[in-house]
Parts: sequence; C-alpha cells; structure tokens
Amino acid sequence: MSDLMKLTLAGARDALRAGETTAVELTEASLAAVAASKPLNAFVHDTSEIARSQAKAADARIQAGDAPDMCGLPIGMKDLFCTKGVATQAASAILDGFKPKYESTVSQKLFDAGAVMVGKLNMDEFAMGSSNETSVYGNAVNPWKVDERDLTPGGSSGGSAAAVAAETCLAATGTDTGGSIRQPAAFTGITGIKPTYGRCSRWGIVAFASSLDQAGPITKDVRDAAIMLEAMCGFDAKDSTSMNLPVPNFEAALTGDIRGKTIGIPKEYRVEGMPDALETLWSEGRQMLRDAGAIVKDISLPHTKYALPAYYVIAPAEASSNLARYDGVRFGHRAKLEAGDGITEMYEKTRAEGFGAEVQRRVMVGTYVLSAGFYDAYYNRARRVRALIKKDFDDVFATGVDAILTPSTPSAAFGLGEMADADPVQMYLFDVFTVTVNLAGLPGISVPAGLDSKGLPLGLQLIGRPWKEGDLLNTAFALENALGFNAKPNQWWR
Amino acid sequence: MSIDTKTAGRVAKLARIKVEEADLPALAQEFTNILGFIEQLNEVDVEGVEPMTSVTPQRLYCRNDAVTDGDQQAAVLANAPDAREGFFAVPMVVE
Repeated sequence: MSDLMKLTLAGARDALRAGETTAVELTEASLAAVAASKPLNAFVHDTSEIARSQAKAADARIQAGDAPDMCGLPIGMKDLFCTKGVATQAASAILDGFKPKYESTVSQKLFDAGAVMVGKLNMDEFAMGSSNETSVYGNAVNPWKVDERDLTPGGSSGGSAAAVAAETCLAATGTDTGGSIRQPAAFTGITGIKPTYGRCSRWGIVAFASSLDQAGPITKDVRDAAIMLEAMCGFDAKDSTSMNLPVPNFEAALTGDIRGKTIGIPKEYRVEGMPDALETLWSEGRQMLRDAGAIVKDISLPHTKYALPAYYVIAPAEASSNLARYDGVRFGHRAKLEAGDGITEMYEKTRAEGFGAEVQRRVMVGTYVLSAGFYDAYYNRARRVRALIKKDFDDVFATGVDAILTPSTPSAAFGLGEMADADPVQMYLFDVFTVTVNLAGLPGISVPAGLDSKGLPLGLQLIGRPWKEGDLLNTAFALENALGFNAKPNQWWR
Repeated sequence: MSIDTKTAGRVAKLARIKVEEADLPALAQEFTNILGFIEQLNEVDVEGVEPMTSVTPQRLYCRNDAVTDGDQQAAVLANAPDAREGFFAVPMVVE
C-alpha cells in the first residue's frame, strides 16, 4: 500500500485511468501514511470522512470516463483555506472553533476537479513566519533529519511541505505572501510554485496581506506543479483582483525545450555568508541551462536590498487592517470578561489572548506605520520603493530576459528553536530571495537542486514574466531534468 | 528612531491589543529594532515615483449593482461566540 504514496500526481492519475488502482485505494494509503506521520505534526484537522466519500465519488467519475487530471488524487489542504464545515483556524487561537459555512474558491476548484482532501495542514499563525514555529498547533517538523535535532520544514506552508516530502499525500495547497510556498519547498527537497498575482482567486483564503497573497501548489515535481496549478487557477468574480484570463494547459507546455530562451542571473542575489554548496549549485544550474540551449546573462536588480524592509512595512500594514476583523464578535474566540468590562476591553482581551506573539508584533507594527504622522514616512515610502522594485524586473524583462535564476533561500533548514532568541529581523532574512517576487507580483518556482554539506536539501528559484507560468514551468522542467535530484528523507518518523 | 514605552502603549491601544504595563519596555525595544531595519528605505531616491496601488495593470472592475446573495442569517451567525435572537451580542455600548 505504501508504494502508492511514492507516486507523483501524474503517475497516480495515469494509474487510475489505466485501472491499476482506485481512488479509494490511494486514499486509504494516504490516510494510513497520515496516521503514521504524527511525529511530523503536519496534519492538524482530520478530514478522513470527507476523503473517503470524495474518493468513492472520484472512482465513479473515473469509471464513467469523466475524470479531470486531479480526480481521485489525495492532497492536503493548508489550514488557511476555508473549507465548508471543517475547522479552519489559520493556525491561530483566535479562530478556535471556526467552521466556515462556505468553501474557498481554490479548494472548491480542486474538489470540482475530483481531488480528495485527506486533512488540513499545519502552518505559521496567519501565515506569518518562516519556520512554522508560530502555529497554535505547535511546530511542524521537517522529514529531513541529519542529527538528533528536529529541523524546521520552513514556513509558512510548513505542514504542506512536510506532508508532501514525507509522502503522506501526493501534493498540497500552499499560500505565498513573501516566500511561504517556495521556502518550505526548498527546505524539504520538493517543488513549489507561486503564480502571478491574480491567477488564483483569494476568495475564502484567510487574508494576511491582500496585495501580496497568492495560492499555489506544493508538489513532488514540476509536472505535478503544472497539473495542480492549472486546477487551482482561474477568474473568480468574487475576488476583484483575480485576472480574467484563460488558464492555459500548463502540462502541455512542458516540452523541456528551452533553446534560445534568455536566463538572467542577478548579481544582487549573491549574499554574504551563503554556503559554498549553494553557490556551487547556483553556478551548476546556470551551466545546465546553458547546456540546454539557453542564453545565460548577468543582470542587475538594483533595488533588491530594499525589498525586505519594504515588505516589512507593506505586509504588516495590510495585516493590521485585515486582522481588525478578529474582534470576538462574529467568529472564533472571545475572551472571558469581568464585571464592568465594556466592548473595548472585550476587543483588547480577545486579541491579546487570541493572537500569538509574532502576529501581535506585526499587527502593531502595521498599526504604527499606518498611524497619523507616519503614513507618508513609512507606508507611502514603502509603496514607492515597491514600484521601483517592480520596475527593476520590468526593465530586465524588456531586455528580452525570459526567466531569472536565483537560490530559493540563503541556507538549508535550521533546527526548530534555534532562532528563538534571535531578533525577529534575523528570521525575516530567510525571505530575502523570495519576497521581491511577491512585491513585483511575478510567478516564481522553487525546484530541489541538491544537498548541502550536511545532507540537507537546497533549492533553486526561477522567476518568470507575469502570466507566463507555462513558460516558467517549462524552464523549471528543463532545469529539473538536468539536476536529476531524487534524494528522499529516511522515514524515521514511522 | 527609538520608540518609547508611551508610544508602544499607544500603538497597542490603537491595535486593540491588551499589553501589560510590564511588557511595554520589551515591546518598545522590538519596535525600535524593526523600525531601524525599515529605515533603510530612507536611502532610496523616490522622487517622482508614485506609490504602487496595484501590482497588475488591471483596474478594479465594477460588477452590476444587483443583489446576488441573501437570506443567510443563520449561516452568518453560526460561528458567533454569542448570538441571540438573530443578532450578534456584545457588551452594552450605549447606556
């Protein structure tokens, strides 16, 4: 049974269509793997009943010959997606007990395509974090382990990455505001893509920073990323920032032919203290793309250095506004009040009890940068710098660059708890290569590239032109073929 | 810029998050560190650059001004910590 979980989405799809297995068998294998993965703390809400009924329905569709690509494939769902009748907490105590009466557009699209939801996945609280250590459910743990330490799977989609890397489900949904799909994918040796801002509907996804948030898949390889992304994308009248564009067949774009494509290498992405192994992989990646027929050239994105500080104004500002809705009135937790407490005390106590330390910090920083007297100095300045960061990319694409190759993260996964005493700013630095992509609204994908000196996975990131996910996936596919990464973690948790 | 405890307290109040008096100095120090990081933005020449309002060239579109949903009172109230007689219940706000 456990061999079924070694399949990719594409492999399982083909096996289902050939009648070699059934959605029910796949789902049972996944649920068994989920049950055996408790030490990873990746799954936080059980949806096995839903999974079993979805699997039966999927088998009927496959039998009837009406089976989209995702039909019958067991996936995990990040806790940020509202799922009808199923606990949805964004890993926060403030949403304790919340069961949405509606389904997010992305999860609905996946269900319409026949996907089977085997559980809800751990994450950083409200997607604010790079290590999955801010979750009310406790840390998710990286399936990769090289010594006695438990390592972070990254964040915020840490549960999604851990679950897929551990082969408990075939793929998972993630969301990415500053790198939350690509960084955990890199830390766990798998693939994750954030599409162009506006490709996936944000409706029904618990909001963090609305101008940056995008959903995307975390998968075992590039082909799977193409298949699942296609099922998640598409115009939605319920999200006013969703783009009314046709969704191409992304899998059909995977020819592996990148002859004549131009790949840019940004000099600003070489940072101090980058491990040698990462430097080597990056330069091997360049050579591989050149060998595949691409033109590789040096480029400059001069405002890169200012992306993180701009992000840490804009994202908290939007978060402080979005999270104002958690007031103990309409959903989730309400603090126990004392005699004489009025509505202000109710708000203040509820939010102090319900939000964790990092969320409180960001809400307050956001409140500060938006407050009278500071709005221009911080918020408007950050939005101007954001415009310059986007212009850096526009200028480079205008010179004919098709994609940009960078490392995904400045290092491999670190130990859980190792950053506990560090300044919050130190943790923010893990997003240095990914956050520019969100600020510019571009598609970005992380593919596993190799192992560092300790044996932990490292990823390379490709950044594409807006709305050209098919082209980006194809370049990633060529790079994946050349890299030939196939290492897997030992299943120590079983 | 250094944030003092009074400013930290005011921000907590604006954000409607209760912070104990004793925790304000540590909070003020965190703000100071984060804002120190953010202040790098002052190095950038932003003269003549418009603040970004939308990352995609798309303007927000208008839908038809029509009722598209409704009769959801039970669903809307279902997750409320305290709902009574079809309303959200909160502590008294008007004497």
